[in-house]
Amino acid sequence: MRIALFVTCLADTLFPSVGKATTVLLERLGHQVEFPEAQTCCGQMHVNTGYQREALPLIRRYVDTFDGCDVIVAPSGSCVGSIRHQHAMVARRLGDDKLADRAEAVAARTFELSQLLVDVLGVEDVGAFYPHRVTYHPTCHSLRLLRVGDRPLRLLRQVQGLQLAELPDADVCCGFGGTFSVKNADTSTAMLADKMRNVLGTRAEVCTAGDSSCLMHIGGGLSRLRTGVRAVHLAEILASTRDGGPPA
Amino acid sequence: MTTYLGMPAGPPTAPRGVGHLRGSEPFPVAARRALADSQLRRNLGNATATIRAKRAAAVAELPDWEQLREAGRAIKAETMRRLDTHLLRLEAEVQARGGTVHWARDAAEANQIVTRLVRATGADSAVKVKSMVTDEIGLNDALAAAGITAYETDLAELIVQLGHDRPSHFLVPAIHRNRAEIREIFLREMADVDPALTDNPPALAEAARLHLRKIFLSARVGISGVNFAIAETGTLSVVESEGNGRMCLTLPQTLITVMGIEKVIPSWRDLGVFLQLLPRSSTAERMNPYTSMWTGVTPGDGPQEFHLVLVDNGRTAALADETGRQALHCIRCSACLNVCPVYERTGGHAYGSVYPGPIGAVLSPLLTGVEDNASLPYASSLCGACYDACPVKIDIPSLLVYLRARHVEEHREEHRVPSPEAVTMAAASWVMADPRRYAAAQRAGRSGRALSRGGRIRALPPPLSAWTRARDAPAPPARTFRQWWRESGRDRS
Repeated sequence: MRIALFVTCLADTLFPSVGKATTVLLERLGHQVEFPEAQTCCGQMHVNTGYQREALPLIRRYVDTFDGCDVIVAPSGSCVGSIRHQHAMVARRLGDDKLADRAEAVAARTFELSQLLVDVLGVEDVGAFYPHRVTYHPTCHSLRLLRVGDRPLRLLRQVQGLQLAELPDADVCCGFGGTFSVKNADTSTAMLADKMRNVLGTRAEVCTAGDSSCLMHIGGGLSRLRTGVRAVHLAEILASTRDGGPPA
Repeated sequence: MTTYLGMPAGPPTAPRGVGHLRGSEPFPVAARRALADSQLRRNLGNATATIRAKRAAAVAELPDWEQLREAGRAIKAETMRRLDTHLLRLEAEVQARGGTVHWARDAAEANQIVTRLVRATGADSAVKVKSMVTDEIGLNDALAAAGITAYETDLAELIVQLGHDRPSHFLVPAIHRNRAEIREIFLREMADVDPALTDNPPALAEAARLHLRKIFLSARVGISGVNFAIAETGTLSVVESEGNGRMCLTLPQTLITVMGIEKVIPSWRDLGVFLQLLPRSSTAERMNPYTSMWTGVTPGDGPQEFHLVLVDNGRTAALADETGRQALHCIRCSACLNVCPVYERTGGHAYGSVYPGPIGAVLSPLLTGVEDNASLPYASSLCGACYDACPVKIDIPSLLVYLRARHVEEHREEHRVPSPEAVTMAAASWVMADPRRYAAAQRAGRSGRALSRGGRIRALPPPLSAWTRARDAPAPPARTFRQWWRESGRDRS
């Protein structure tokens, strides 16, 4: 299958290993990955901070870039959540009904990685090998906007060598929330503290999730406190094989 | 400037200087103080965790919970569409059954009406059923200024009143207090209390009961709010757990009921839906212990004089906002507060308004205008737990995002000089709208590697310093993804 990758601006710029892992994983499963280089950012940060007018060119760019693609994947629950639930809404509110209609059509073909693997490609065992104790944090937007449910866990359970540790209060937000983490830094930190307490309680080496943004938050806290626990994107675990880890 | 029906300004918002819809400081400032209060954190953590688990179990018992939620949402949406008709019907039915209806455009007018009605009875005190709207309009303060003592009779409201405190939760206004603190308040404030009082909950409840009994038996005026007002018969209802409400509703000669205009529902059939949704969502009970209903005046039984005060106080302004109006669907169950990770950590006082938590963060700015509660729409990580818990399916996360947009847009119209944030956002939009500018910015951003040690950045300049106070930031990698893509030759295959 030809699959267009929307890598997200965050992974492109700060976490390229997540994009590489997504590419390598899908290629290993026999699919052809395309990366339309005209892509930039979905505009979620603008929408969620109140700057809808500034988000509109980014929404238009996303729609223009991926209009001709049959299947689009992004390694992020919150970016896909924004594409599915905000793009058309913002375009319509700002009076661009034509863009809104096109955005709806493209959004319907845009999938979060675990959705793509389980629902579209019908695979749960991706042939991965990852000999570590791992706990999984279901990010809020993948859980409550996209309803990915236990798909990521089903994928992780098939990974050879992986020991899955259940995360207590898993469905409670880590406190990231985009600009919330800066505007309400103290409250965000209090939420992060509880998330880290739960992660550390599992004695896992690795905390994984389907969103680089939440992982940047949880991982940033784990790193600051020198916990030795790493934050690793789900795609990177699924891309790992006996021949080696994900491409660095 | 907003427009309404083509006119340059909308219906009036709740006026400043009266009532409790506005805090004295922005949410982040108030939250910082609350976060440092270890007693508050412990009390709230315990209380919300308990009620969350109980609610989840109570809701899971009903196979048709989702259909009930959808019915609740649909009834509210339909009612709001013809609110004027339903209110006029309610007024006509209440008056036909011996009650008197008063319309108050705002908090000040409502307080004047209630004060005048109490004065007319010659009483210098009144007993109160727990009510959000009378807290909203600051009725107790207004009555006190007129020399009238208002006695709160709900146990938690009594604790708040005796503690010279503010409520911090819809249902459990004293959720920020634990039993040791409650014992201290009772010993200090109840003249007739047994000095050997312990902090055993039944003992505390008994002390409150003895204290309130004398007040009930001598009360001449009762003041209540409303959970649901049924237009077709003019019937008012109050849903409660303690029975104090029923005492206030039945013993005094005069009953004054204050209700926000959004509390009306068309029919008894509708009530059946909400009486299933509300108790399970709020107290995790299948049915609440006391559901009191009254219709006008019944000669020789109960209050012989009944007044209904309909309060707007910004509700018509909220109704005029097509997106925002669904906040008026709220039935004040407090499920969204109990599941909110922000509320659980900051408590209700940080929100400044009598309506805290996720619904308060949308309702308060809608009633006052966004400008007067500008920090509240941002007091959420948009995690969405509130939307899942809401028994009438109010899409609170979308409303928060919408109100942030309203705030930004209103600010833009009223200020010639954009905020630093607006400049940053506009620049980011300009850069990211074009892939070449975006790639150039990525290359420039790589200079951030100079700040990194071991792949991590420990300190960033403001405003990102708020991030690095508690978290490391990732250093930009040697190559972006799009560079790797090209270097791997994939762009040519």
